[in-house]
Parts: sequence; C-alpha cells; structure tokens
Amino acid sequence: MAGALRQLTPRSPQSAPLDAFRRSLQRLDWAPGITLLLFLVPISVGLLGTWLPAFGYLPAVGREALSLEPWRQLFAYPGVSSAIRVSLLSGLLGTGVAAVSVVLFVATCHHRPIFRVIKTLLSPLLAIPHAALAIGLAFLLAPSGLGMRLLSPWATGFERPPDLALMQDPWGLALALGLAIKEAPFLLLMTLGALSQSQAEARLNAARSLGYGPFIAWLKVVLPAIYPKLRLPLYAVLAYSLSVVDMAIILGPTVPPSLAVLVFRLFSDPDLSLRLVAAAGATLQLGIVLGALLTLYALERLIALTARSWLSGGQRSAVERSAPAVAGAAVSLTTLLGYASILLLILWSFAWRWSFPNLLPETWSLRSWSNHLPDAGAAALTTLTIGAASATSAVALALACLEHEARANVRMTTAALWLLYLPLLVPQIAFLFGFQVFLSYFALDGMLLSVIWAHLLFCLPYAFLALSEPFRRLDPRFARIGACLGASPTRVFWRVKLPLLLRPMLIALAVCFAVSVAQYLPTLFAGAGRSMTLTTEAVALSAGANRRTLAVFAVLQAALPVVVFTASLAIPALLYRNRRAMRSGMSA
Amino acid sequence: MTQRHSLRLADVCLSLSQRPLFAPLDVSIAAGEIVTVMGESGSGKSSLLNFICGTLPKDMAAAGKVLLDEQDISHLTPEQRQVGILFQDDLLFPHLSVAENLAFGLPRSIRGQQRWEQVSAALNRAGLTGLGRRDPATLSGGQRARAALMRTLLSQPRCLLLDEPFSKLDTALRERIRRFVFEHARQAALPTLLVSHDPEDAAAAGGQVVHLHPTLPQDSETI
Repeated sequence: MAGALRQLTPRSPQSAPLDAFRRSLQRLDWAPGITLLLFLVPISVGLLGTWLPAFGYLPAVGREALSLEPWRQLFAYPGVSSAIRVSLLSGLLGTGVAAVSVVLFVATCHHRPIFRVIKTLLSPLLAIPHAALAIGLAFLLAPSGLGMRLLSPWATGFERPPDLALMQDPWGLALALGLAIKEAPFLLLMTLGALSQSQAEARLNAARSLGYGPFIAWLKVVLPAIYPKLRLPLYAVLAYSLSVVDMAIILGPTVPPSLAVLVFRLFSDPDLSLRLVAAAGATLQLGIVLGALLTLYALERLIALTARSWLSGGQRSAVERSAPAVAGAAVSLTTLLGYASILLLILWSFAWRWSFPNLLPETWSLRSWSNHLPDAGAAALTTLTIGAASATSAVALALACLEHEARANVRMTTAALWLLYLPLLVPQIAFLFGFQVFLSYFALDGMLLSVIWAHLLFCLPYAFLALSEPFRRLDPRFARIGACLGASPTRVFWRVKLPLLLRPMLIALAVCFAVSVAQYLPTLFAGAGRSMTLTTEAVALSAGANRRTLAVFAVLQAALPVVVFTASLAIPALLYRNRRAMRSGMSA
Repeated sequence: MTQRHSLRLADVCLSLSQRPLFAPLDVSIAAGEIVTVMGESGSGKSSLLNFICGTLPKDMAAAGKVLLDEQDISHLTPEQRQVGILFQDDLLFPHLSVAENLAFGLPRSIRGQQRWEQVSAALNRAGLTGLGRRDPATLSGGQRARAALMRTLLSQPRCLLLDEPFSKLDTALRERIRRFVFEHARQAALPTLLVSHDPEDAAAAGGQVVHLHPTLPQDSETI
C-alpha cells in the first residue's frame, strides 16, 4: 500500500483533478470509509437478513409472505421463557459482579500493595479465550471436579462423584461465575486506562486533604470523572454476557439452555423451516440486549440525578474498613478461580489415570498430546492463519485511520466511536445468520476469507482501543521535525511514528489475535461450519468428550494468544534494549 | 558548498478565528544573518515558525508570503521546503542511534559510503567523535543539542529557524550552545530566524530584532 502511494506521488505538479486525487490518496482519505464499510456492511446486512426471516420472509426455504408466524412459533417453543430467564440472570449477574467488584476494588485498594499484585495477575487472563476458561472452570466445578475433590471425602463423605448439578445448573449461576471471571480483567484494564487520563491522583489528593476517606473520595471525585470512559466497555460487557454462546454451551444449563444457545440450536437444526423461528429468537435476543442497555442507561441517569446532593453533602467516610476487604476478596477469588481453571486444563492434558477423589493424577502421560497432535495441530494452524490475518488487517486499518486523522487534521467524533463499538454492542447471534445468507448469496460462505472478515469485525474495535491513545499522545513535533528534515509523510510514518509506536502496535496485534482466537459463532456462521478452529473444536468436544482430549484442545487454544502476547512484549524489549527512552513511558 | 540563500517574510499575518495575532510582518534575512523575533508567549512566535515550515494548524489562517531565495514556498509541502528547524527539545528520535539520527537528515541523493562519511564528519565537527553508535538518551544535554543541530544542517536547509532552542538549557551550557549554533549558522551562510523571549539571545545574535506585540482587539499595534 505504501509502495503504491509512493509511486502515485511524484514531485512534479500535474493537472488539477489528478492533483486533488493524489492529495486525497496522500491524506489516506479512503481509510475511514473502507473501515466503516468493512464492519457496517456485515452488521446492517446481517441484521436485515435476520429481521426479514423473523417476519416470515426467507425465499431460500420458499417462504415469501410476511407474517408473525415465526414469533408465534417461537413463544410456543418449549422452554423459551426459562431460556430468557437463564440469559437475563446469568448475564446481569455476571456483568454486575464483574463491574461492581472491579470498581469497588479500584476504589478501595488503589493505594494498597494488593492492587499491583492483582493488576499483574489479571492481565494474562485477558488473553485466555472464553471457551478455554469455561472448560477449565467446568473441570473445577463439576461433581468430579477439583472443587469436590478438595472437600472429599473428609468433609462430604463422597467416595464417588455425587449426582449434583454443580455446573450447568438450571439458573445459569456457573455461567455467571465464568462471565465474571472473564470480564473482570477487561473492565479493570479499561478502568486503569481511564484513570491514567483523568488526573485521578491529583483529584484524590485534593479530596483527601479536605478530610475525605480514600474510598469515599474515590467515589465522589474520581468515579464521576472516569465513568464516561467506562460506559462503552461496560455496555459491551453487558451485551456480550447476555448473548454469549460458547461459554453458555459449556457452563450453562442444557434443558432449557440460555436464549442465545437455544436460538443457535434452532439455526443449526436440519429442519430448515426452523430458521424462521430462530431468526425471530435472534431478533428477540437483540431486543433483550437493547432493553438491558437502555435500562442501564436510565439507571445511570437516575443515579447521576440523585447522587448530586450526596456528592456535595459533605459526608467524609463510608465503610472505609469493610469495603476494601469485601472488594479485595471478591476480585482475589475470581482471579484465583481463573488461574485454577487454567492450571486444571494443563494438568488434565498430561494426566492419564486420575480417579476421584485424588487431588493429583496417579499416572502422567504424553499420550493425550501425541494422540491429538494431528487434528489439534491442524485446527491450531487454521486458528493461527485466521488470527494473524484478521489481527494484521485490523491493526493496519486502525493505523491508516489514525494516520489519516493526523494528516487531514481531523478528530474522530463521538458518534464514530459509538459506531466502532457496534460489533461489540449488537449480539453476534442477532446478525451473523443474515451475514451468512449475504455471503452465501455471493457464494462466499465457507471461504477462509469470509471467516477472516467476520473476525476482523470484532478485532477492529480493540485495535482502535489499543492504538488511538498512544497514537494521539505521540509528540507531534517528531513528525514535524521529520518533515522539516525532508522526509515525506510516508517516510515519517514508517521511519518515525511506527518505530516509536512499536510497543502499542504489537500489543494491539496481540489483543486482536486473542480476540480472533476466541471467536466461536463468527467462525461457524461465516465459515459455514467448514473452518475448524481450536475454539469450534473445543466447544464441540465439550459436550461429552474425554476430558484429556478436551484439555489438549483448550490448552492449545489458551496457549496461542499467550505466546503471541509474550512475543509482543519481548520484541520491543529486545529491539530497543539499547534505547533508554523507548523503555519508559513515551511510546507505551 | 555555501550557497547564498535569502529568506523574506512578506506582509505575513496570522490570525486565529478572524483575530490577527500580530500586525503584518515584513522581514528580510540575508545569508548568514540572524534575525531575532521577540515576543511574549501567545504572541504567535511559534505559529510564525510553523507557518514558514508549512505545519500551521488548520484552525489558523495566514496571509502574506514566505520567499525563500526569492521564490514563494507557501504552496510547498513541509518536506519540499528545505527549511531547517530546531526546537526547545532536541527531539532526537529515541529509537535511532545518534549516527542514524544524523543520517535521517541526509538527502536520499547521497548514497552508500558517502552517507556515513558525511555523518562522521558532522559528528567530528560537533565534538561528538565516536559517539555515533550511542543511544541519544545517554548523551548529555549539550551533546544532544549539538547532534540535533548537525542533523538539521545535514538535511541541507536553505534557511534555519530556531524555536527558543536554548531556553531549556542551564545558564552555563546555554551560552556555549548558543555560540555553537550561531557559528554554524553563519558558517553555512544560512539566513536564520530566531524566536525567543530572552533579550540575551537577541544580543548574542547581534542582528535585527523584531518585536511581536499581541494585537489588542482594536488592532492598534505596529512593529
């Protein structure tokens, strides 16, 4: 791309329209448009392609009359109301626990040593795909899992695994726990990012010098300042938790499952007429998420209104002792459970004989690995290909858009930011079917390129999230002095900006790669079931396969993003080992 | 090697949202001459340099011309102008070695072995012999300032702009670096424009001094 740009921009002046075209290319005017198109097309076409069948229109199965029949069938479908209940309970509870514990934790423990420990421990959990974490948690919670082994037989008296619904419980509590463990690191990271941009320390010191306790000072002067920056991430977590499929298949109840899983099963049913009912269910899922987001928004307004008098009411302390303990315990527990889950995956992948209630395997073996290396290796290769391609294109597009901002001297509007978050706010199940119909219309479904496109959609928001702050914070005088030294914008970009941004850029790549590795529904829908990644295989195996086999796939699934993350941290450290200013601050 | 360049600002006036920052400015700078523009912060000194470099922010409007060697360069992109600039901070690229920083300034037309010969000659002239492979962050403030000047001179500028380049240095060092920069600017016969709020800078430059007064709303002030 850059090479092409260089060739298109010779020095000598030419005709006016050509000149304008060249200037527009030079400014990267195409970047925002192409980026917007790449993710608005799948979402808008996908939503439309789901809404139409929801109201009876799906020519592919010979239905062309608009009707409410799919909705009647949906509400008559066995278990729908309990499915909605499971979705709401697990989604709201998971989000609530994650959000409240993280906010309380930061509020009460920001000045305590435990804060640093948890911060360091939580970041790696961010890279672990949802499915791998859910499988590990299932190994922990199952009647024959580590949790029960720890208590048996001395406390419970069980010599054999009991017949209890400890996971896949009918209320979706295990699912809620899984969601809380997985989403807490993301929310913590977002909170820390918001804190670093709002002079939190100075605000806090000002309030504390006025006699406010650290906890209440944080709530009164820091939280109101950072909440606007936490809103979008929080909405994304809520939308995700209410409509998650892969984690819900592994940890959620089975009869009836959560709404998203129920809808997903209807979409996969061999009876094609059920597609219409599924489409209605997917639209219902969209409605539930929208309703929840609106309710949350209303709640925010209400709190903002009623809290005004409290903010200036002069109250200087509140549960300063117990709040840190509760929040610290909650976050430590979810962190601990997260790590225990990962550890269990590794143990099971090397375990051979491991009978209840032993805490460790009696015999170890590499057989699970050698038996499954061919199939797991192939899936890993597909995962790697899709992840590398979608992460690279997402980061390239984000960089092109940000560079366009710099060259054309424009800033992204708040509206554009919300658009960017759209793939994270609209439930996947609500538009992926329509997107698949669109792809199959052009005979594109099942192609690797389509899967990469579907993944790109979900990588883009994270690429922007990871890159926009570092990019905009870069001292603009570096680019200016580069230009004054005779370097073209292209040369300044490749030789000055990109090397200075190497660290955040590699982190963005790693984040996007992790996002891609974790995708389940987009792989299935866009790949028409033909692209087998570690995630699709692991989720498929979770229904009843041997634990050792499952562990091998889950470990590989978790290992890929972790390896990429490690590399993204190691590469700049190695390249810039003799560049002191590159190690601290300026480009990180 | 020393061509006779000249820089002229012809009725240059910058304005921010319709309000002119200073009265139209008309200055001619001959080769080897150092003109000082003095003004309080906010008087538009740095914006003036931005305008000459071609990096004026979009929200500012400019009138008048910049003539470099009698040619209007207002329509050229920053990288085509051959205008050298030094800032308060040395702005050596932190990811490159000292020598790579200097080589960044060299035009592409100088190739191969010649590049490194010119870089090492420049390092010698700046008293930085043997420091080419060092990390810029490990140099002293004075060494960095000299390296930054060398990088700018290697880019073969036709004029030199100095944006308060001495204000962050401590007093003892300021004196030495100032002399070093001025000497090299005169040696290279560059028309030089210095903006500063330090009268000592103006005295040391020994050339014409122009005062930028912020225009009052009634727009009364002239130079």
